[in-house]
Amino acid sequence: MTPSLETRDLAIRFGGHVAVDAISCAFRPGELTAIVGPNGAGKTTYFNLMSGQLRATSGVVLLHGVDVTTLGAPQRARLGLGRAFQLTNLFPALSVLENVRLATQAQAGVHYELTRPWPLRRALIERAYAALEAVGLEGKRERRAAALSHGDQRKLEVAMMIALEPSVFMFDEPTAGMSVDEVPVILDLIARLKRDASKTILLVEHKMDVVRSLADRIVVLHHGRLAADGDPATVIASPIVQEAYLGVRRGTAA
Amino acid sequence: MILSGRPPRGRTLQALVIAVTLALALAPFLFPGVKPLNVAAKVCVYALLGASYDLLLGYAGMVSFAHVMFFGVGSYGVGLALYGLGPSWGAVALGLAAGLAVSTLLALAIGLFSLRVQAIFFTMVTLAVSYAFNVLASQLDWLTGGEDGRSFRVPEILQPGFRLIDREAFGVALGGRQVSYYLVLVGCVVVFLALLRIVNSPFGRVLEAIRENPFRAEALGYRIVFHRTLATCLAAAGATFAGALNALWLRYVGPDTALAGSIQIATLVVVVIGGMGTLYGAILGAALFVVAQNYLQTLLGAVSTAAGDAGLPLLPGLFHPDRWLLWLGLLFILAVYFAPAGLVGALSREDDTTP
Repeated sequence: MTPSLETRDLAIRFGGHVAVDAISCAFRPGELTAIVGPNGAGKTTYFNLMSGQLRATSGVVLLHGVDVTTLGAPQRARLGLGRAFQLTNLFPALSVLENVRLATQAQAGVHYELTRPWPLRRALIERAYAALEAVGLEGKRERRAAALSHGDQRKLEVAMMIALEPSVFMFDEPTAGMSVDEVPVILDLIARLKRDASKTILLVEHKMDVVRSLADRIVVLHHGRLAADGDPATVIASPIVQEAYLGVRRGTAA
Repeated sequence: MILSGRPPRGRTLQALVIAVTLALALAPFLFPGVKPLNVAAKVCVYALLGASYDLLLGYAGMVSFAHVMFFGVGSYGVGLALYGLGPSWGAVALGLAAGLAVSTLLALAIGLFSLRVQAIFFTMVTLAVSYAFNVLASQLDWLTGGEDGRSFRVPEILQPGFRLIDREAFGVALGGRQVSYYLVLVGCVVVFLALLRIVNSPFGRVLEAIRENPFRAEALGYRIVFHRTLATCLAAAGATFAGALNALWLRYVGPDTALAGSIQIATLVVVVIGGMGTLYGAILGAALFVVAQNYLQTLLGAVSTAAGDAGLPLLPGLFHPDRWLLWLGLLFILAVYFAPAGLVGALSREDDTTP
């Protein structure tokens, strides 16, 4: 089976610093891969390289077997790559509904329609409603995005990605900064997405319990390199994770 | 309203927009006389010019200094066509079509050339192109009449001597000036409604998304260079219409009335005072600005004379009619300070939903 997303020797350097160092990895449909690693390991940079926010210094990114290395974020999004950002990244002055509807509109390819008022685009709005319901924001549709609580903004971020109906979902710490009672909504949602065998899910996450419960596979990054890759039990038990990530021997290190 | 997903909010605001629109619609009857009609026509033109500028500034979040150039292209298009081909509607149509074509091509070139880089680069390029166009218009004497511009004859029905009906209607003689005024008004209303439709279309929302967060808009799959370029072209077309109507009204086209930097500044003031990103704001801003521009001098003259008669020191000089621009500037600063979202923002209901 062709991987839906693949990187080959992907690298980027900022001046003398190599943030992502020759990572080769393939992600397949029906698989949820958690990408873990300490702060500064290059997880978000790796995400940015794959989704097109950054251009690689060397190496190749393949999306459904197509070389997209030279394409920008909009083209990659149109090819089915959806991204939710770590730092909340919304259209603050627009309403919650409009934020999501901009995603359904992009998905439907309605880019330059000038003459029809958007409320007449019922189908796009219905799908936006559905995405909002999936994250539990249906009651706050008319609120300004900037006026939402942090947790709700994170949910909106995820709703926008769902509305894009991508084939590859990239979650960058979807539960960061959420209160404890808000986290299950997002985790349930990811678990539901996972049931669809045609979807590929990538998840950057710090919380090990989340990773353990959701991931089919764990990739460990360390200093921009691929440090471990495999099924959760093996990877979590591996010395590199125990030492570098889970902080075993913290006592001796400190 | 089918034309807009967002009608003006708040009763005061709605009442004001309706009042100004009604006043403009009935201007020849409410305010007979040469100067009031001139002022009303100018309000219409500036409302359209401001609204089209708002598409860029308020909706797409782009600062352009070439808006007056597109206004000038429309003015010169219609003016030179009528000058060269004689007073016929065919010449008007030809001039307008030529103006729209030139504007669109210029906007397309500016957009595609500069927007690939950064928004600030766009601003610099508009400034440069606009300046070059200005120099060109004054230097191409044989075509544009240089600094003197061109006076031209308009189709007969628009000429001042023309009588629509022999009797007076509501005490006003209906002649070519009144017909011209309604041509300007109807033209402005039609294009304004078209702009309103555009900003409330799916495309209009994408523009707002780009203004709010270009990075995120790209991540959703929008190619923002093309959206920004299309917005530039549409705004340019709006300004071209405004320029063409203004030339028809003045029966003259020249650098002072079509390309002056002061028109660009006035457009900016109209949009900022009225409220960016609302379109309606341009109507209120234009009414306020043009009326102030035309009647502040009269008002100041009266104050100055009164102060002089009362023997007060300093005040007569301060309120001298020639200082009207100073007072207008002060009013502008106060307006920006106390109502940063413009008249529309100040009068809209305060809540956490969208404007």
